[in-house]
Amino acid sequence: MTNELFTQLMNSLIDGDPEATVALTQEALAAGIEPMAIIREGLMPGMNAVGDKFSCGEYFLPDLIIAADGMRSAMDLLEPELRLRQQTVESPGTVILGTVAGDIHEIGKSLVGTMLSANGFKVHDLGVNVPTNNFIQKVRETDATLIGLSALLTTTMTVQREIIQELTEAGLRSKVKVMVGGAPVTRSWAEEIGADGYAEDALGAVQLARKLSEAH
Amino acid sequence: MTKTIKSISNPKLSVNVLTAAEVRQIHTATLDVIENVGVRFPSNKALDILEAHGAKIDRDSMIAKIPGAIVEEYLALSPPEYTLAALDPQLDLPLDGNHSYLGTDGCGVEILDAFTGERRRTTKQDVSDVARVADYLDSIAFHWVPISAQDCPPDSRSLHELEAIWRVSKKHVQTESIVTEAEMRAAVEMSAILAGGREALRQRPVLSIMQCTYSPLAHDGGSLDAGLIAAEAGLPVGYMTMASCGSSGPITLAGNLVVGNAEVISALALMQMAHPGCPVYYAAAQTATDLRTGAYTGGGPEDYLFGAATNVLSDFYNVPLSMGAYATGAKEPDWQAALDNSLSAFMAVATLSDMLLGAGLLHGSRILSYEMLMMDSEIWGILHAMFQGIVVNQETLALDVIRSVGPGGNFLGQRHTRQHMREHWQPTLIDRRPYNQWEINKDGSRVWALQKAQQILQEFHPDSIEPQVAAELVKIISKVEAGGFSESGQKQ
Repeated sequence: MTNELFTQLMNSLIDGDPEATVALTQEALAAGIEPMAIIREGLMPGMNAVGDKFSCGEYFLPDLIIAADGMRSAMDLLEPELRLRQQTVESPGTVILGTVAGDIHEIGKSLVGTMLSANGFKVHDLGVNVPTNNFIQKVRETDATLIGLSALLTTTMTVQREIIQELTEAGLRSKVKVMVGGAPVTRSWAEEIGADGYAEDALGAVQLARKLSEAH
Repeated sequence: MTKTIKSISNPKLSVNVLTAAEVRQIHTATLDVIENVGVRFPSNKALDILEAHGAKIDRDSMIAKIPGAIVEEYLALSPPEYTLAALDPQLDLPLDGNHSYLGTDGCGVEILDAFTGERRRTTKQDVSDVARVADYLDSIAFHWVPISAQDCPPDSRSLHELEAIWRVSKKHVQTESIVTEAEMRAAVEMSAILAGGREALRQRPVLSIMQCTYSPLAHDGGSLDAGLIAAEAGLPVGYMTMASCGSSGPITLAGNLVVGNAEVISALALMQMAHPGCPVYYAAAQTATDLRTGAYTGGGPEDYLFGAATNVLSDFYNVPLSMGAYATGAKEPDWQAALDNSLSAFMAVATLSDMLLGAGLLHGSRILSYEMLMMDSEIWGILHAMFQGIVVNQETLALDVIRSVGPGGNFLGQRHTRQHMREHWQPTLIDRRPYNQWEINKDGSRVWALQKAQQILQEFHPDSIEPQVAAELVKIISKVEAGGFSESGQKQ
């Protein structure tokens, strides 16, 4: 019975059916299954299978995003239960994310956020057109070790440099690794402004975040 | 400096991409979206105008729901024809529905240096250099700002780009990089100096303005405010959707057209509400999202179809179209680039899109390549020849010469051949040499394209405007940099 439920949970993620993922998670909790077991035996194998299918080219981004939505909804149900038991899921790191001031472009940044969450990172998404000071404030307030700055316009790219300068002036530069992205952003720009890394797409951002977290 | 422009007109070839009934369906669905879902206009100025003309406004979300009949009523005020003026009237571009013109692509951030081959960030000098090459080529009818002058301050960069182009070329300029009111006011003033005053500018707009929408179903506040100022001055204004299937638009092509169409026509209707009869145009560069990476594709069958479909829509609304064609996603001027740029340009021209954007960039409009610019120019030459089609009359049926040559002879030495042979297209980059000749250096189109570009860069130094006129432009730019031209008179 329990094993069958785990298989169904896994398949709900693979099949891209978040409503089923939520219903099955509720069912498992009601059946008295430990939340950590639900994660390790049902949800994680499902996410890993989706990831594998994506890696070999069978699955597309919407498959990943819809599975990640299901995972997120299930975790919303499971996290209060984990807290009751004083358990935590291991995370590779905490990331602050946002599109810089003057720029309202959201899709790329949000995709990076989804992919980071799906890969276990804790993500503080500050949204779009984020005042520079909000980034600085968030670095102060949280235990984040990574910050991701998105800019789609050639005129707002320069704000990425300003934020890095502000971090330095606030004495926070050593606390966080800075990742930059967005269509006009290039490796040479990242190097010029003293960012720690740059990725061209969301999967590249996850790899970069992993690398920078390990180095931290 | 070229004195003629190679435009394509009276094409003998055509494609049918959407039936009249299908266009109707797209239009009806679009009005449904604008009226019931709404479009976000994050500008109080824009919302005030929309509200005064019958739209339902939500000030918190800044979403306007405009009744379909009102959208139609105001769109109908758009002039169907007008002329994009050039500093040299011989280079004027009548947008009369019977011409396709090619412009450069924009707005790239890197360039492959013509002499060192190094890939580096773009500067104002690069803007000027690319404009010189574009000015030289008769295939390029107008300039888009091809690359960003990244060594100039962000809040006056767009004006430095215009200055750089105007200094070397008398062709029409369409800029896509002005997104603030202050810069737009300054650009109007700069254009007025070139045209000989504000009223002369209205008659002969030497500058046209392209603004981007923010898909799905939203606009950028700065773009709206800047567009309104341009429309007031009589500069042609277009709004470009880049709705991308599967991310910023529905995955289906028809649905993506609906979303993009809603963005564009809602903005054009706003311009007509504010300044009835002002020249506007439709602009689009819709594409498909790469489903494996989320990236902009820049090419592929979906893009090619959009290139033709969008022109059918703009024809339905009876406004000119500025269409994102060419603009390959390829990293080098290679097989992919040639394929993308040929097919996308073909589809756009086959429906007689008025303005095509554009030549010269790689990697989804990010990296300027002089080789690509020369190759894109050659593609245009091929299309120019193809769209003349096959002429059938007594002379071309060639019965006399067929009779005189007869079975088994040849036509090489015939007067008829000599009379008509120069009507055939001749390559400058396509390699038709014997194999043995090719084998000596194993060179070809890429090498020749670069050599030609290098030669133009070294030898062609056109002067467009008088030094004192240039000095006036520079003065205006300095004023913007000192905080002038913003509404309050203060730097924003």
